[in-house]
Amino acid sequence: MTTASQRFNPLQRALHWLMAICILAMFFIGVGMVSTITPKFLPLISTHRSLGIIILALALIRLVVRLRYGAPALPADLPEPMKLAAELSHYALYALMIAMPIIGWAMMSAADYPIVVFGGVRLPPILPQSDSLHALLWSAHYYLAFAFFAVVLLHIAAALFHALVRRDGVFEAMAPIAVHQKTIAGE
Amino acid sequence: MTDSHRPPPYGSLALIAIVVGAGAAAFAYTAGWFSPNRLTPNKLVSAFAPPSGPALGHRRNHAKGICFTGSFEANGAGAEISKASIFNKGQYSVIGRFNLGTPNPDAADATVRVRGIGVQLTASDGQVWRSAMIDPPFFPVSNPQAFYALLKASGSKDPNAMKTFIAENPEFARFGEWAKSAPWTGSYAEEPYNSLNSFVMTNKDGAQHVVRWGLVPKATVVPMTQEDFAKLGPNVLEDEIVKRVAAGPQSWTLMVTIANSGDPTADPSKDWPADRRKIDVGTLTVDKIEAEADGPCREINFDPTVLPTGISTSDDPFPAARSAAYMKSYDLRTAEAKYYPRTPAATGDKQ
Repeated sequence: MTTASQRFNPLQRALHWLMAICILAMFFIGVGMVSTITPKFLPLISTHRSLGIIILALALIRLVVRLRYGAPALPADLPEPMKLAAELSHYALYALMIAMPIIGWAMMSAADYPIVVFGGVRLPPILPQSDSLHALLWSAHYYLAFAFFAVVLLHIAAALFHALVRRDGVFEAMAPIAVHQKTIAGE
Repeated sequence: MTDSHRPPPYGSLALIAIVVGAGAAAFAYTAGWFSPNRLTPNKLVSAFAPPSGPALGHRRNHAKGICFTGSFEANGAGAEISKASIFNKGQYSVIGRFNLGTPNPDAADATVRVRGIGVQLTASDGQVWRSAMIDPPFFPVSNPQAFYALLKASGSKDPNAMKTFIAENPEFARFGEWAKSAPWTGSYAEEPYNSLNSFVMTNKDGAQHVVRWGLVPKATVVPMTQEDFAKLGPNVLEDEIVKRVAAGPQSWTLMVTIANSGDPTADPSKDWPADRRKIDVGTLTVDKIEAEADGPCREINFDPTVLPTGISTSDDPFPAARSAAYMKSYDLRTAEAKYYPRTPAATGDKQ
């Protein structure tokens, strides 16, 4: 079933896996930093800010690439509910990849924190100082982070389901290196 | 290849469940959900609250305070040890807050031993330097875990809690001695304020020095006993500073003290010998006092790790712990802003 034309192009695959590493790291850095008062707190939070900006930049590039090159069609025999879940979860992933860094940046702005990334680059505030906006954005950043992690776990489960159970070429479409389906099937 | 001839994929499904479960478990572990003993910002901040709960909308510690604005006049001498632009000769704007080291915003002044100041100095390039300092010459304990233990012990109903704490943290005895014997003053303007934590300053040649800094009052200090101070009234510090600054600006010298090699840089309960080199880097002047409720300092988190290029944290573990805790306090109080109206209730606002 798998053919070269049914895969994402190399740029899309590179962006996917690079962002996968960044976003997974982000979850663990985020949840780790807010639960510690040790000296690790400072490098964790400054990495969280810098990585957030990197993810925002990569996500915007990825959105343009996706709009330009599209995605391979899902298998025709995929049940409708799974197709719908696939589509919705991908909209959610794109929305969160772009929204979370912006919410974080806005939250810092509303708190009047200097926003220093990459060890010394000072970003401008994108909102005026406001306690009500800060409280709102803080809640959004916090709850959406858990929602984001849940969608990522679902995404991983679905990818493995395609790879191991359905063996329908969906996983291979985004696999970092070309995997022949027969090799997998023969395991 | 035809699915219909394959046995049900129990192994694959189990593998998927394991991968997802392991991911979720690793996340929960990192979040500290399996580590009830981990000292989190939440625990530290909660430990300040009295049994009746925290004062909603207020800072979780140093809750009683008043805003000021003024200036910092740099004399240029700081450039020798730090490339921070705030040390270039010139005058820069300052927002700050005088405060008392208590979680109770209504505490009577004479019941609070530690007085503090939060300052934000803004250089002409926009870089800000925030510092929250207090008036004791050394900190009560040597590390953040001990500080948490102090909060727990002092809030404990166990009559032996403090004894046990002091036995485990003997450095506290010296602070206790200071608290008992150091004279009181009747004004925020007569207090010295010390960073106690150490930081690293880097100059334009890349040379680094570990430093502490402090504000030395230019006002004449009139020492008094706690009893005499208590007679002045429960809110005398705010009333006094309003009148005093209205009559004329109040100033402090910002002194930077440089550690010798071998000095205890990671332990703020150990002050450095008095002969260490001190540099007068400029003068902080307070020109105007404003109530906190709608004042310019209200929404500033005086996080001691907000530093300009040229100043950074050292091996002192407190600034990181304070940053984490101050941020938590800020997140809580900004979400509770409605409990701390910006205008007094007497004006008939809806809150």
